Amino acid sequence: MYVAVKGGEAAIDNAHRLLAHARRGDPAVPELATEQIAEQMSLLVDRVMTEGSLYDRQLAALALKQARGDLIEAVFLVRAFRTTLPRFGYSEPVDTARMELRRRISATYKDLPGGQVLGPTFDYTHRLLDFMLMANGEAPVAPAEVEVQPDEDGTPRVTDLLDAEGLIEASSALQDEAPVGDLTREPLNFPAERDLRLQALARGDEGFVLALGYSTQRGYGRTHPFVGEVRVGEVEVEFTPQELGFPVPLGRLTVTECQMISQFKGSAAVPPQFTRGYGLVFGQSERKAMAMSLVDRSLRARELGEDVVAPAQDEEFVLSHADNLQATGFVEHLKLPHYVDFQAELDLVRRMRAEHERAQATHLSEAAE
Amino acid sequence: MAFTPHAAAAPDAAPDNGMIARRQRAMALCADAKRTDLEEILDVLRYEGAVEDLRRPETGLVMVRGQIGGDGAPFNFGEATVIRAAVRLDGGEVGFAYQLGRDAQKARMAAIIDALLQSPRHSRVTEDALKPIELRLAGERAVRERQTAATRVNFFTMVRGED
Repeated sequence: MYVAVKGGEAAIDNAHRLLAHARRGDPAVPELATEQIAEQMSLLVDRVMTEGSLYDRQLAALALKQARGDLIEAVFLVRAFRTTLPRFGYSEPVDTARMELRRRISATYKDLPGGQVLGPTFDYTHRLLDFMLMANGEAPVAPAEVEVQPDEDGTPRVTDLLDAEGLIEASSALQDEAPVGDLTREPLNFPAERDLRLQALARGDEGFVLALGYSTQRGYGRTHPFVGEVRVGEVEVEFTPQELGFPVPLGRLTVTECQMISQFKGSAAVPPQFTRGYGLVFGQSERKAMAMSLVDRSLRARELGEDVVAPAQDEEFVLSHADNLQATGFVEHLKLPHYVDFQAELDLVRRMRAEHERAQATHLSEAAE
Repeated sequence: MAFTPHAAAAPDAAPDNGMIARRQRAMALCADAKRTDLEEILDVLRYEGAVEDLRRPETGLVMVRGQIGGDGAPFNFGEATVIRAAVRLDGGEVGFAYQLGRDAQKARMAAIIDALLQSPRHSRVTEDALKPIELRLAGERAVRERQTAATRVNFFTMVRGED
């Protein structure tokens, strides 16, 4: 247990001054502007927005600068800031079918309607360090452009294609009146429904969700997944203010969506079919969206009548440990003064040792007799 | 603050759907535009009447919702910062702005533009003044789409093994 301590004000002040100095680094090197972080460390900014659960590029960039690039510390700053703001309300659900696509790939169909576009991707790069980026950089070659072929079919979701054959489960229907769970308003209770699970996974730590997704692939709650589709792009967000009574377009957000398709052998009520796992995150965060969709699917074990045998299928285990801010809070609090607590433990261990020695002595004298 | 939702109702009858659609269109443009774009528009419009701040620009949060599977039941997937403002013009028109981000000046200008759009005297010129922005944004979007289209792939499956 942590017991409050007093004192150390001067040391703490000086430590924070030293922190500011260390943050700045060598003054001979130009200081980093938050705009540079927002523009050139954009995927890191995306990750802070996703795990901080707040879409605001400038704030995420500032948090990263202040945190010296420590991602979880930046998440902490962003989450603390959001508590100072009033909540205006809930947006209309974003429509990812109307996304302005920057990237869209499928691992299940090579010729899907709407086609596949790679967009700005690390895929198929050689992963060789590019020392040109260290030299005084030349501007990159301008992106290639080709005329857009209008596609009559638009870009339907891959899941809609299978849906036409009845081989994939339908999405749970929109229920206008059903309340949507919000874990920023109510503490998480178990069992948690899928809306709450997705909210927790969306803001969950990428490393944790990735490891759990990986564990399902390695056999801990196997789901035989395929990437039906990953799409990255901009979606328009609409919000209906009470005083206006009609949806107001707020602007565009960049999001990444993953539709994971998993084999399902069926149950008494349902014929064999494909089931779906879903991932949706802020920014371009493909790894996170994919891992999230794997874990979303594995957490549906209860709903689909599968045995819960692996960590990734255990919603209490997953959801209680997915949040990196909660996790770091509890782990890192161990470094704060625990003097009183430790003194009590010291006394306890001394007493136990004395008893142990007495018992040994008795045992020896009995054996000698 | 003097503002209440009821006071915001337009002085005349409930606005028709056509006006709502025009306002939504202008709001979308103002949200996507830069602050300097809106400054230019207001320079062009030269509205010199009084602008009363019904609601000074205020930053808050909107919880963004997604849909399970992209087309299913809604879920809350994360918040976004949103700035809002409300103004009233001399003629009684009340303009609103709700935009992603925290740019107070931009939100206030967008609220003025929303009010001008509802003013019989300024409606037409306001829409005209928005057109260059619309064209520029459409042009930028077209470039992005052409750049993306250049990364379109056609995968071929290869026959494997000996047969």
